[in-house]
Amino acid sequence: MNAIEASNVTKLYRRYARRKQFATLKSALVAGTLLRDLRPDETFPAVRNVTFSVPAGTTYGVIGRNGSGKSTMLKLVAGITKPTSGEVRVQGRISALIELGAGFHPEISGRENVFINGIMLGLTKREIARRFDEIVEFAELRDFIDAPVKTYSSGMYMRLGFAVAIHVNPDVLLIDEVLAVGDEGFTHKCLDKFAEFRRRGKTILLVTHALGLVERFCDDALWLDAGEVRGGGDPRRVVSAYIADVKKSEERELAAGDAKARAVAAQAAGETEPEAAAEAPGPAERLADMSKATEGRWGSREVEITAVDLVGDTGQPGHVFRSGERMSIRMRVRAVQPTGDFAFGVGIFNAEGGCVYGTNTDIEEYVSEHLEGESTVTFCIDGLDLVAGTYKLDVAAHTRDGVTYDYHRSLYTFRVKSRLNDVGMYRPRHHWEFSPNARFKPRAG
Amino acid sequence: MFQNLAQLVRYRGLIQSLVVRELKARYRGSVLGFFWSFVNPLVLLLIYSFVFTVVLPNRVPDLRPYALFMFCGILPWTWFSSSLLESSNVLIAGGNLIKKVLFPAEVLPVVTVLANMVHFLLGLPILAAFLLYYRHAPISAAEIAWFPVVIVVQLLLTLGLALIVSALTVHFRDIKDLLSNLLTFWFFATPIIYPMSLVGEFPWSYRLLNVNPFTHLAISYQEILFYPGPFGHWKWLVALGAASAALFLGGYFVFDRLRDTFAEEV
Repeated sequence: MNAIEASNVTKLYRRYARRKQFATLKSALVAGTLLRDLRPDETFPAVRNVTFSVPAGTTYGVIGRNGSGKSTMLKLVAGITKPTSGEVRVQGRISALIELGAGFHPEISGRENVFINGIMLGLTKREIARRFDEIVEFAELRDFIDAPVKTYSSGMYMRLGFAVAIHVNPDVLLIDEVLAVGDEGFTHKCLDKFAEFRRRGKTILLVTHALGLVERFCDDALWLDAGEVRGGGDPRRVVSAYIADVKKSEERELAAGDAKARAVAAQAAGETEPEAAAEAPGPAERLADMSKATEGRWGSREVEITAVDLVGDTGQPGHVFRSGERMSIRMRVRAVQPTGDFAFGVGIFNAEGGCVYGTNTDIEEYVSEHLEGESTVTFCIDGLDLVAGTYKLDVAAHTRDGVTYDYHRSLYTFRVKSRLNDVGMYRPRHHWEFSPNARFKPRAG
Repeated sequence: MFQNLAQLVRYRGLIQSLVVRELKARYRGSVLGFFWSFVNPLVLLLIYSFVFTVVLPNRVPDLRPYALFMFCGILPWTWFSSSLLESSNVLIAGGNLIKKVLFPAEVLPVVTVLANMVHFLLGLPILAAFLLYYRHAPISAAEIAWFPVVIVVQLLLTLGLALIVSALTVHFRDIKDLLSNLLTFWFFATPIIYPMSLVGEFPWSYRLLNVNPFTHLAISYQEILFYPGPFGHWKWLVALGAASAALFLGGYFVFDRLRDTFAEEV
């Protein structure tokens, strides 16, 4: 038996044209458009032809980017809005955790709000009285339950709202990205509660950006994109397809951003020569210099860096890499005249502008001999041991004593993805060892 | 529609607790608390007494004490007008509930009307005390029996209008401003501060006042509470009752038709 069944559901939202914002009763009457104004004319589909079913007793995850129609879908299932076409059928009592504490009145006490909120969610007074202690216990608000809700912190407010909603004892629980309501401890409690719901054979529909949660908890997943179904089925498969898609669009976004930065730099280079080019600081000072300028390109261009590609494991140029993967920075270089005095450098900076690593051929005691015409210089990183984040790349060609040929400052961006949430500037290659008295459970997955 | 209307009965527990919440929240934090429900009409009565006995003494002999006469009309009018004014904002103010919780929207205007009715009922003891104090015309048992009927008719009328006003205001926000002006006009087009008998000389106004439903409510209150003699206006009241019931159903129909648009428009 299916607890939730959505067939060919489409939801059109009315788009607010400027004219509409100033629509008044008077203008509607004067123009004789009273009835027409009540009908949508400019619309856009928030959800388009979505069909899915959730068997009773399963947990179903809905993922997708912001604005993909996830929340609209949830509201349709909850019955808060009606589909423009198609049908949504739900079996059993629903509790929707869409906005926690939506019905709280700030002036009255938490206790009174629990009762009223419970009644709003479909409980009777007696049922709430029976569960009251449990609710307060769960919300961790024993000492504050008789204080007016307006004195609560936002965390307390959310916890109370969550506690009431979860104690409605629904057959179908709809959750919209509300797990981030409390501290770590409370989140764990929520997850435990969901696990308990699953054990008791309740149906859960979960809308979230926490992909790990979908992989771990859900029996099935649905991927919405721009209101349409992009994929469905096994959560791991759906999640990895979604991640691949997000990566692709990130690539596009980063590439577009870099192209714009380079165009600006190219324009600026034609107008002014930064002072950096005039002086000839030593190698160490040059590294310090690199962190000063923000973005741009300068130099004499006697040796020019014509293209830079970041190449990952796939062998294809890209902008998004997994932490630990092999990565190469490939520079196309052109010497206007043959020269014997040259050096190449790279610098990697994190989002805060801190230099993660910087080096050049001169520092590493390569002695230049001859450069002419077109050539390729590749900086090969065996393992990109960086923590997750967005990084900026500097590349440079200069003489051995520091006169700049071509300096590209922060014109390249790449992103490192990681399964782990470790922190820092870089990740040393490492592993853990334990003596037999310190044991860990075998890792899941 | 009738199915939804039946649901409204099922929601009585919710309505009841929301009315209580409304009343509690209104006076939370004030020193006198619920006592304000008595104090407000009392002060109003004292002001009118002063103005119309000292500043502008009334010359119509059968309207003495004039303040008492006025009070009979003003108390129910306050219920009526505040209900409508608050209804015009109630769906927008409760937008969170409509958008985020599966919530029967009609509960909100109904709660507004009922909460104001409680204020009206709390004002009645003040009125009764003054009626006793002035040892005014005796009220017969038959008149007392009619009194709840008047209240029910007013309740139906107010509910019907409140449903329409609340639903339409979601789409046309200017109803709120329109309404406050309309209510001022409506107040003066109702025999509350003057008796209907005074209007009898102007046939055009007389007819206008007769189509105003609140005229008959005001006259009913006045005949029962203020004027001596039996309640003679009951035929009008019964007719108004039927019309109000129809208006309530009509109002509910309008509300029900627009219901699905609320979650998107508030």
